[in-house]
Amino acid sequence: MVAVSIKDITYGYTHAPVLERINLDVSRGEVVGLLGPNGSGKSTLLKIIAGLIKPWSGSIEFGDGMSNRPVIGYMPQVDGIDLDFPITVEEVVALGLWNRSRGVMPWHTSRYVREKVYNVLEDLGMSSKAKSQIGELSGGEQKRVFLARAIVHDPELLLLDEPTTGADPSTRDDILRMLHELNRKTKVTIILSTHDIIGVAMNLPRVVCLNKRIMVDGYAKDVLTKDNLLRVYGLIDSM
Amino acid sequence: MNELNTTLLQPFQYEFFIRGIIVAILVGGVNGLLGVYVVLRGMSYIGHGLSHAVFGGAVVSHMLNINIYIGALLWGLISSIAINRVSRSGKVRADAAIGIISTTGFAVGVFLISSTRSFTRNFEALLFGNILGITYLDMIVIAVVSIVVVAFFLLFNRIMLFTIFDRETAKVYGVRTDAVDFVFSILLAIVVIATMNAIGVTLLAAVIVAPAISARLLTNNFTKMLILSTVIGAITAFAGMYVSFLFDSASGATIVLFSASVFGIVILYRVHKQLHRRVIHKHMHKWDHEHH
Repeated sequence: MVAVSIKDITYGYTHAPVLERINLDVSRGEVVGLLGPNGSGKSTLLKIIAGLIKPWSGSIEFGDGMSNRPVIGYMPQVDGIDLDFPITVEEVVALGLWNRSRGVMPWHTSRYVREKVYNVLEDLGMSSKAKSQIGELSGGEQKRVFLARAIVHDPELLLLDEPTTGADPSTRDDILRMLHELNRKTKVTIILSTHDIIGVAMNLPRVVCLNKRIMVDGYAKDVLTKDNLLRVYGLIDSM
Repeated sequence: MNELNTTLLQPFQYEFFIRGIIVAILVGGVNGLLGVYVVLRGMSYIGHGLSHAVFGGAVVSHMLNINIYIGALLWGLISSIAINRVSRSGKVRADAAIGIISTTGFAVGVFLISSTRSFTRNFEALLFGNILGITYLDMIVIAVVSIVVVAFFLLFNRIMLFTIFDRETAKVYGVRTDAVDFVFSILLAIVVIATMNAIGVTLLAAVIVAPAISARLLTNNFTKMLILSTVIGAITAFAGMYVSFLFDSASGATIVLFSASVFGIVILYRVHKQLHRRVIHKHMHKWDHEHH
């Protein structure tokens, strides 16, 4: 059953396209990695799926296993966020439930929200940092917090933009393990972007190599070959 | 002592003074509250821009014999929307958009005043603030505006927080961020207009920004920052308005000087705290070194 169907998408920020005639079907419950060098269009494709960018041409269709537009969990690249903002970890995660946040009074956080936030932070090993300021955390911890916000509202489709970039190997492995477990338990469809070939892409069931166009798509072990990576990156040194 | 008390309390005998003080507290508080969102959005210059822009609208509406609030409001809304649109286009940065749009509005006002010599109204109060310029209508307007602003932030605090913290994700999660921007611009324009008689359009920016940055330096908690900024705004505006009466100075300028003084004190407090921490750290390090 198809969860997301990307049909003939073309888009660019200036007159030159960043993505050209992208066609991709992702099944419900699948975990897909978008792999490619910087500027290859990975983040742009995620933003188009999330509805943040309207493509020049083509369309996104969501499969019949989901509502018209599925509940989306989104994790942007952290560099675009002001990490000096006066906000605590639990407040960041609670934003994922902003439309369910109301308690007795509009500004009051309901018990349901507090429990959901606590549970997801507990699952990610971050409950002890709930009251900490987001800016006080390490890069890896910040990743976990934004991941917590992405999953706190039980999404049907999870879009993660470089979820492990900047994290140390242990945090990276934890995040991947947690995502696989979440996918196994809830059948959530996951599309993530990465440029980490060994640490991330090799641990995913399906990898789509992107560089303006889809260069290769398939099982990680079939896709991540020397020839394919040379075609995508133009270099093999990154191996 | 009794004489001093009588002197200090003497202004409260005047109705216009009490009116001015009530308006000052409301103006200071509401600008302090709004200022938190302005500062955290990284658009500190917008208050400065909008207040200058509405001056043109006020002068034009006065010339056309229309209530200056109506002209200033229309002008403020148009300027606010224009600033938002131009800065969202991506090609022109927000500061540049504010610079050109607001200065043009201000220039229109100055041009009309300087070229038309038939004005009966004194625009000095509008430029620099004057306790004598505050009318009963001003008091009613600022009271209503304060209630609307506080109600808005109580009801939509989470949406505002989500939008200014992480606009992109907020959009994915169904927050209508463009609508939030639009409503925020309207609120800001309304507050600027309701405030301009007490503070003056040329000085208003400091009253929006100073309490918020002082509060930011004192706390890392968003809710506490909202409360602190509102309180600092209200207290400095009260003190400024009171002193402006005693010294017969422009109320806007006096309030701004009080806001700036609080900011200065907060900076000194932070420096003192940092030095104190460094000294303690040094002593602990020395103690460790001597005992191990």
